[in-house]
Amino acid sequence: MSKVLKIKRGADIKLVGEAEKILVDAPIPDTIAVKPSDFGGTRAKVIVKPGDEVQAGDVLFFDKDHEEVKFTSPVSGEIAEVKRGEKRKLLEVIVIADKEIKYKDFKAAEPSSLNREQIIEKMCASGVWPFIKQRPYDVIANPKDNPKAIFISAFDSAPLAPDNDFILHSQEAIFQKGIDALAKLTEGKVHLTVHGTAKADETFLQAKNVELHHLSGPHPAGNVGVQIHHFNPIGKGDTVWTLKPQDVVTIGRLFETGKFDASRIIALCGSEVKDPKYYRTILGTSTKGLFDAFTKDGNNRYISGNVLTGTKIEKEGYLSFYDYQLTVIPEGGEPEMFGWIKPNPDKFSLSRALVSWLQPNKKYELTANMNGEERPFVVTEEYEKVFPFDIYPVQLIKSILVDDIEMMEELGIYEVAPEDFALCETICTSKIPSQTIVRDGLAMLRKEMS
Amino acid sequence: MSNPIHNFLEKNIKPSFVKGGKLEKYYPAFDALETFLFVPGHTAEKGGSHIRDGIDMKRTMIMVVIALVPALLFGMWNTGHQYYLALGEMASFMDKFIYGAIKVLPIVVVSYAAGLGVEFVFAIIKKHQVNEGFLVSGMLIPLCLPVEIPLWMVAAATIFAVIIGKEVFGGTGMNILNVALTARAFLFFAYPTWMSGDKVWIGEGTNEAVAYADGSTGATLLAQATEKSSGFVDAAGAQYGDSFMAAFLGLIPGSIGETSTLAILIGAAILLITGIGSWKIMLSGVIGAYVMGLLFNAWGANEFMNVPAHYHLVMGGFAFGIVFMATDPVTASQTPTGKYIYGFLIGMLGIMIRVFNPAYPEGIMLAILFMNVMAPLIDHYVIQANIKRRKKRTVAIAA
Repeated sequence: MSKVLKIKRGADIKLVGEAEKILVDAPIPDTIAVKPSDFGGTRAKVIVKPGDEVQAGDVLFFDKDHEEVKFTSPVSGEIAEVKRGEKRKLLEVIVIADKEIKYKDFKAAEPSSLNREQIIEKMCASGVWPFIKQRPYDVIANPKDNPKAIFISAFDSAPLAPDNDFILHSQEAIFQKGIDALAKLTEGKVHLTVHGTAKADETFLQAKNVELHHLSGPHPAGNVGVQIHHFNPIGKGDTVWTLKPQDVVTIGRLFETGKFDASRIIALCGSEVKDPKYYRTILGTSTKGLFDAFTKDGNNRYISGNVLTGTKIEKEGYLSFYDYQLTVIPEGGEPEMFGWIKPNPDKFSLSRALVSWLQPNKKYELTANMNGEERPFVVTEEYEKVFPFDIYPVQLIKSILVDDIEMMEELGIYEVAPEDFALCETICTSKIPSQTIVRDGLAMLRKEMS
Repeated sequence: MSNPIHNFLEKNIKPSFVKGGKLEKYYPAFDALETFLFVPGHTAEKGGSHIRDGIDMKRTMIMVVIALVPALLFGMWNTGHQYYLALGEMASFMDKFIYGAIKVLPIVVVSYAAGLGVEFVFAIIKKHQVNEGFLVSGMLIPLCLPVEIPLWMVAAATIFAVIIGKEVFGGTGMNILNVALTARAFLFFAYPTWMSGDKVWIGEGTNEAVAYADGSTGATLLAQATEKSSGFVDAAGAQYGDSFMAAFLGLIPGSIGETSTLAILIGAAILLITGIGSWKIMLSGVIGAYVMGLLFNAWGANEFMNVPAHYHLVMGGFAFGIVFMATDPVTASQTPTGKYIYGFLIGMLGIMIRVFNPAYPEGIMLAILFMNVMAPLIDHYVIQANIKRRKKRTVAIAA
């Protein structure tokens, strides 16, 4: 067993509503949607129109800048709507799902019998390519790049995150097939990181063709960016590709069966969920059925993803492309009289200016309240406590705010993604939207560099 | 469930202040008062973190103000104590406290009124929110002044500090110099006799008493230390039994809030427990001062150098400065490594100025202001070291 690396900086925010390890089938959705907004940095060109019949794996839209990267339908059915917002911004391509999914055949094949180009072609055509993201910039990988490594984090350390050891249990063969395909895409190694103290599932421990790492510590230990930083850091000009374990399985299934089988297991969790547990459902599923049946009444915030990095969606919304959990928490929104001096034992705080530090094991029912107004940076050494990188987070954010490209590069922007700043944003006294700032900074830099 | 007071504000008061209302211009003033009463109920954006820490800027600043309360209360009592001591009269605890409160509270009120007045005016002109930063500065300013300071000087210094020290740089979070120290430095250079003379530390009416006694009566320990390294005398001209303990407890003349190291330590404990004050700066500052004190003891060229090193930690404004002023996060070094260097140099320089230049016995103020200016430079080198280290690391992997 390789050495366990421990990180100290970070925070596990304990919330009420963890999913119990029970797996059931979710209600079959009436509609599914693929949301171009999930793919930052792409310019989608839709090639279907309402009324068209599609099979699972048929192209819905592609990226104008990389035409080979296709976004395909996870189900068979009829295109219901191509939803646009202001300035004709593409929001959702909605498909009315068949009860029985018909799959387009991409031909099963052993990854070992294919060369790199054939694998890339198959992955692009079937719509599994967008599962691969790249650092720098945190966008979909460019198929023309040669990454120096591929990183997969086997565990998710975010609050209420789904347990991949449970989800991928006894899927060794199909996971291995996905790994074998990915291994052909890089001249370097495929790095797989498991949790250093909890025993990982055999699916991960038995995986071949990978370099296995052990990492322990509080969130964001499970963030792939932290793992890259510690095991194989990115310098200027390097590219590293990343993906999530369930997507490796989806890729494995493509080579095993020739189908784009977009089924995935998600955790439905949060304090406002009745009996939180795991559901077998599909990419892009309508959330209506799940939320109607399994959430408590009241003014709720529905989130696709986790509470730190997820996106607020409508109750009748759709599961986003890169999300493996749906979280429901109370919306909150009540002004609080003299809230700045109350001891507030029910609010989480990393500082000790509230009494919550006296109850370290308490599980919180947090609302989406901001608990204060946005201010300039004042307090220092706050982000550093939850940012396990050898990078100065506040200085990096300030360099982004003043558009100083050289400084951003030197301070390490190529190594980070918005999600790495999620805890910084959460605990910030000045309520600075650091994830948005980093996202905008990366987009600006990508534009400048192209 | 919504609060009736909040409903009243929203329905009856707010409409005059919003766009199109009669008092539209004064919206920042209304906003400041409303958000003081109620932390707004707004919730997180669509993207980004959906749960937020319970802390905010108001709470942070109020915690510092709370940490200052022990020093303030002690300062009130000590003002009365020194007064009755100089008069040579016995007085009860309450008599002393009430006398002190009557002397001190007006200074606090003037400081807040002048400072917040400037903040509100700037908020209205620049159409931004009123920042909480002055809540702390407004308390620090009175506490670092002598009790006999005329109120108009307090107002002038506060207005100068808030405008030149802070607002011209863009307000809270952008300033280079600590606001309260800017106010003090302004008075120090504009009205030097009021800031370090022998007659300003004890309440008025005592000049007669002073005239009877020894010439150094009423002088601070720092002023006395320019002539002798032991045998300090109190306001009545009598020698302290244990002058270190007297200084630690704060039974000495001095600026309102700076005399009692004990009261300041209580405040320091509050800052350290809540994590709002940097232990790195406080610790390295104390070490820096002590090391400097020891060096001077070893040298021993004059009386002041012979003052035992640990005396430096309890005399004058050192403790107050290092706990409340040096730790101001906006003007201090921001990098963890930088904080050690910053604190250590404040300690060393503070004692050095104190001892080398008897004209400026309050060296700690100048040391902090100087290091405020140097802090960005320290951070620059710390960050450059990080950049170099990170470059090396990726090169090593590529090779």
